[in-house]
Amino acid sequence: MRATRPAASLALACLLFALFVGAWQLSSSTGFGTAEVADPEYAALVGAAAATGGQTPFPSPFEVAARLWQHLTDPFYVRGTNDQGIGIQLAYSLARVLAGFTLAALLAIPLGFLIGMSPLLYGALNPFIQVLRPISPLAWMPLALYTIRDSSISSIFVIFICSVWPMLLNTAFGVATVRREWLNVARTLECGALRTAFRVILPAAAPTIMTGMRISIGIAWLVIVAAEMLVGGTGIGYFVWNQWNNLSLADIVTAILLIGVIGMVLDQILAMATRAVAYQE
Amino acid sequence: MRRPFVSVEGIARRFPGVSGAPPQTVFADLWFGIEEGEFVCLIGHSGCGKTTILNILAGLDRADDGAVVVAGREIAGPSLDRAVIFQSHALLPWLSAEGNIAFAVKSRHPDWSRAQVAEACRHWIDLVGLAAAATTRPAQLSGGMKQRVGFARALAVSPKILLMDEPFSALDALTRGTLQEEVNRIVAETKLTAFMITHDVDEAILLADRILLMTNGPEAKIAEVVVNTLPRPRTRHDIHHLPGYYELRNHIVDFLIDRSRRLAGAMPPEWTARAVPEVRPAASAAT
Repeated sequence: MRATRPAASLALACLLFALFVGAWQLSSSTGFGTAEVADPEYAALVGAAAATGGQTPFPSPFEVAARLWQHLTDPFYVRGTNDQGIGIQLAYSLARVLAGFTLAALLAIPLGFLIGMSPLLYGALNPFIQVLRPISPLAWMPLALYTIRDSSISSIFVIFICSVWPMLLNTAFGVATVRREWLNVARTLECGALRTAFRVILPAAAPTIMTGMRISIGIAWLVIVAAEMLVGGTGIGYFVWNQWNNLSLADIVTAILLIGVIGMVLDQILAMATRAVAYQE
Repeated sequence: MRRPFVSVEGIARRFPGVSGAPPQTVFADLWFGIEEGEFVCLIGHSGCGKTTILNILAGLDRADDGAVVVAGREIAGPSLDRAVIFQSHALLPWLSAEGNIAFAVKSRHPDWSRAQVAEACRHWIDLVGLAAAATTRPAQLSGGMKQRVGFARALAVSPKILLMDEPFSALDALTRGTLQEEVNRIVAETKLTAFMITHDVDEAILLADRILLMTNGPEAKIAEVVVNTLPRPRTRHDIHHLPGYYELRNHIVDFLIDRSRRLAGAMPPEWTARAVPEVRPAASAAT
């Protein structure tokens, strides 16, 4: 790849963004509502817009921007259980993702270590992993709700189950492919099992493990929205679904934007951690 | 019978045959010894099991038959007393040059304080002339500097025996020459027992007290032991002016080119594995 000029890339990105917003503005301002006179009684019953057969218009960029600004200036209000600030909803989702992800890491990294070290264990556990891994995490939700009987913990469980596999497999792979000569160095230096594990295998496999963690957190952030839509109550997924029921598209677009930004921040944090443990051979 | 310091007694290594084929014998019934403070080189073509022999001496590999006895005890695995210098240097890439050496120092002295470890590292880094690159990671070091770190790491555990697997083969000729002289100097100063595998005849003549000549594999054998009678200290500058140098060199080169292949099929009847004949080409020429 040739060297890119950051300024030129930025200018092009701004131009594309302006084009996109312009096209959006244009399409949302040319409304296609019809002005058919309806029975006033029917109109009173279902609302003027519905009575005329009109749709809720897709919000213009300015409406979304105004809504976004409202959310960002007052993110933590609580006006009842169904009307809480977007910051609170995001915090709920983040807390669930981090809880599920941390639990998954606590299980997957040590277990992956063992699987990577022991071909016997790898052979024994591999069939289970291969069957369990492709299952959509949401398929576990009914079982989780039945056994756990708590919607919030059930979504944490779903996050746990979806983020465990990439970390488990990457850890096992990273540990199994540590260069033999590095292990030989540890052996000739009479390192014990623990010292070899922590001072040789762990740093050698760390970049692979971190990549697994990065994949996991990405999947976890994707899944939490769907999980919260399903179980409701709190969280950004529930917020999106609630706003859909309110037919408040500007709120939905705002939430989508913020979901994207937070997903990116999570990914970048793990990318930084990956760079910190990377080494060049 | 008196045992030498390192005594290799009838070791064999076989690899299982692929899909029902009989097992492949790399070498069998191999006997040789290394005296304390002696520098022994092993020369042979690729595939005769040289690295396997070194790994068995290091305790990284096991012999299928026979045993290796060091200082009266059969070896059962790797030991800090037998340091290995790997062909591919095998430095840990996430540690700096100093970190790699410190790892070895801490292995030998787990109870040392940080200051003691740092001081020992400085000593070994200075000894191999790496002071300027102490905090550099291996990826940023040249091949020669990496092998210097590998050498310092091996010395840092204060071993009794130094095992070297073609340590200079990946280096350019100029760097190789400098490093050979440093190894020569350090091994002489520390009176280490050394065993080195090499392809390089000149390297063997410069460094070794005795040179083991191996026939081609499979079923490789030590055909003869060449005693290097050239006087020490030897330097690359004037070793080839020493009387007997060319006779010695020609003898080894002849072996590598011709006899290693010819002898692989049939050893002469007077040859026995347990008492491999010694030859002194340089001495007979000098007298």
